[in-house]
Amino acid sequence: MEEFAHLFHGFAIVLQPYNIMLMCIGILLGVIIGVLPGLGGANGVAILLPLTFSMSPTSAIIMLSCIYWGALFGGAITSILFNIPGEPWSVATTFDGHPMAQQGKAGEALTAAFTSSFIGALFAVIMITLLAPLVAKFALQFGPAEKFSVFFLAFCSFIGMGKEPPFKTLASMMIGFALAAVGLDSVTGNLRLTFGFTELLNGFDFLIAVIGLFGIGEILLTMEEGLSFRGRAAAINPRVVWETWKELPRYWKTSLSSCLIGCWMGISPAGATPASFMSYGIAKRTSRNGAKFGTGQIEGVVAPETAAHAAGTSALLPMLALGVPGSPTAAVLLGGLLIWGLQPGPLLFVEQTEFVWGLIASMYLGNLVGLIIVLTCVPLFAAILRIPFSIIGPVILVFCAIGAYTVHNSAFDVIMMLVFGVLGYLLKKCNYPLAPMVLAIVLGDKAEEAFRQSLLISQGSLGVFFSNGLVGTIMGLGLVALFWHLIQTGFSRLRHMVA
Amino acid sequence: MPPIWLVFVAVAALCAGVVGSAHAAWQPNRPVEFIVPAGTGGGADQMARVIQGIVAKHNLMPTPLVVINKSGGAGGEGFLDIKAARANPHKLIITLSNLFTTPLATGIPVSWKDMTPVAMMALDEFVLWVNAESPIKTTADYIAAIKAAPAGKMKMGGTGSKQEDQIITVAIEKILGTKMTYVPFRGGGEVAVQLVGNHIDSTVNNPIEAVAQWRAGKLRPLCVFDRVPLPVTDKIAGDQAWSDIPTCKSQGLDMEYLMLRGVFMPAGVTREQVQYYADLLKKVRETPEWQQLMRDGAFNQTFMTGAEYAAWVDTEEKRHRQLMQEAGFLAAN
Repeated sequence: MEEFAHLFHGFAIVLQPYNIMLMCIGILLGVIIGVLPGLGGANGVAILLPLTFSMSPTSAIIMLSCIYWGALFGGAITSILFNIPGEPWSVATTFDGHPMAQQGKAGEALTAAFTSSFIGALFAVIMITLLAPLVAKFALQFGPAEKFSVFFLAFCSFIGMGKEPPFKTLASMMIGFALAAVGLDSVTGNLRLTFGFTELLNGFDFLIAVIGLFGIGEILLTMEEGLSFRGRAAAINPRVVWETWKELPRYWKTSLSSCLIGCWMGISPAGATPASFMSYGIAKRTSRNGAKFGTGQIEGVVAPETAAHAAGTSALLPMLALGVPGSPTAAVLLGGLLIWGLQPGPLLFVEQTEFVWGLIASMYLGNLVGLIIVLTCVPLFAAILRIPFSIIGPVILVFCAIGAYTVHNSAFDVIMMLVFGVLGYLLKKCNYPLAPMVLAIVLGDKAEEAFRQSLLISQGSLGVFFSNGLVGTIMGLGLVALFWHLIQTGFSRLRHMVA
Repeated sequence: MPPIWLVFVAVAALCAGVVGSAHAAWQPNRPVEFIVPAGTGGGADQMARVIQGIVAKHNLMPTPLVVINKSGGAGGEGFLDIKAARANPHKLIITLSNLFTTPLATGIPVSWKDMTPVAMMALDEFVLWVNAESPIKTTADYIAAIKAAPAGKMKMGGTGSKQEDQIITVAIEKILGTKMTYVPFRGGGEVAVQLVGNHIDSTVNNPIEAVAQWRAGKLRPLCVFDRVPLPVTDKIAGDQAWSDIPTCKSQGLDMEYLMLRGVFMPAGVTREQVQYYADLLKKVRETPEWQQLMRDGAFNQTFMTGAEYAAWVDTEEKRHRQLMQEAGFLAAN
């Protein structure tokens, strides 16, 4: 019960007016950062980090973590309205969120996204409150082999889930892997596939690819279809929030599984992006409406958003307890801790109770404040769709270009964004799904790295992937997910034979 | 810089209360970019952000210092950025050993001679670590364990490939006449946690990367790769201090390695401009925040500027070329 005493002490710190003000500023800045593609939570926090040097560590972390929550909320907005993911973890939100907006249900989609984000975060914070020491121990179990098995599961739960033919999915994924291989090979330290172009040292950044494939590709498609947004009929009704809330409890099963996936991904630490993809894939498999996913199902918005926020929140735990950042933003916050004179690690919870529990209390309040702020803005966001495309189109284009430039401060990336845009347009025209490619770009090199590290450790034996209960189970789940379709057909045939 | 950055920088400048001061000599008149040729959260990044924080907090510069990570190609991206910014006095870069190792291992056309040395801020130490539960208690045990194990059985984890950690690993292999398996990871913090989780057998983490785990009783330091023991006598774990760790040389592992944490500017800048930043960094080193960082990370606090620094860098580059040639790490061109 000692934790609760600490937690209430934390609430007392957070509820000081100064800290509440910082919290609101943080959330607002975060939402803006989340809306702008390319300017991710990590960049936003890094830019604003110097502001906090004159604050107390607790106030500083409250503001910075609120920027992070705001960015997690904000990423969904442009995904739903324009099919342009503001953040990597909201790519999966576009699959059903944007079709909903096209059907005039932007308000519902936004409400569902924000609410699920909140639920995911709440679940993760409760877990951190109750299980922090246990969870930190669990994170230590993850060596390279375990990490690879998690990525393997993410890929497997994704294959064959689209409406497109499986071979098109596979082709798209392979293009993604090829793009992910460009740049420095982190295991040998040599350059790969750069053909002597120093611009390609970095490889193809995931954010540039997403902004191009989705953002520019979408604009090209819209232009071809006659410069009109299909979501214009959106009725703006403040009661939409309430109406959607009444519908949401129906999806409690999806929410729960997404919360669990999210927490697990955040701790392991794979991060929010794989969590959102994996959760969407699994919801599609297990939901009754699974077959209709991709056509504007509210459940298809709930799953990725819940998981992304749960992962984003729980990613802070390994950072605090082990000093290993679970996400790029957590990495920047880690730097902040050191500047404020705090040493992340197993003893932080013992020595800096005020700071740790202040942060945890701010996670509860920050997400609540964030939810209220973004929900009140839902009609406003939805109204953006009423602006004619001939005005909003160029604005989006400019924001995409700024976003692409900001990723590495490089004009070459803006050109790459346009190239990816044309590629995205062509692939869409030929009915190749873009999501598997994006998944492969974001996870490809990490999966490869973990795979090769595992083989180095095992001296070349593939047995390492089944060498203990944990890794064996995850790999087994992955294989089941991969062959789910075959297993399902087998079962129904068996049932036929028995009947 | 894109408008959005400028807005943030302006806000940052206002809030931090940065006010221009009247100096007759050269001083920056727009935001200064501080390039980090490594990812966020690593040792170089931390140091750059501490410097940024100190400069902002103590109003040491009339314009803001903005940290930008350019980590592509093992830092090659950052070095090429400085090379391309010839004569631009509003750009700094903080370097680590990848200043030498990256061009040698990848063949990226850049060298320290494309930059102007400003100041050496500190040298980072390397310590040999094992898991606290391991039966290996001393360097002698460690040597015996490696010699007893079949070649490649002992796993050494480290940051990056063909960089400082692997150079040290190869040197240990050479001294002991055996082979280990080197497993590269992304960052020092991750390496330390992999050792705590018993996924690898030993590491050569920098003090600051592993200190939290040592204090918590999860890791055990065996020896330090320096000529003399570390100077910091504050108790860290139980009654042990950094100064209690013996040198590897005294324990039978004759290897010394220190990593540069230094600041450079693009080539072609004027002498006043270099002097301005050298003075600025000198002021940074005098602040209590900097002293705290040095104690936390048990850094070797050597400070050099000007010709002395350039000569040091030159010697060190030759040494790296030799070490990497012996290890077979040079790019094939």
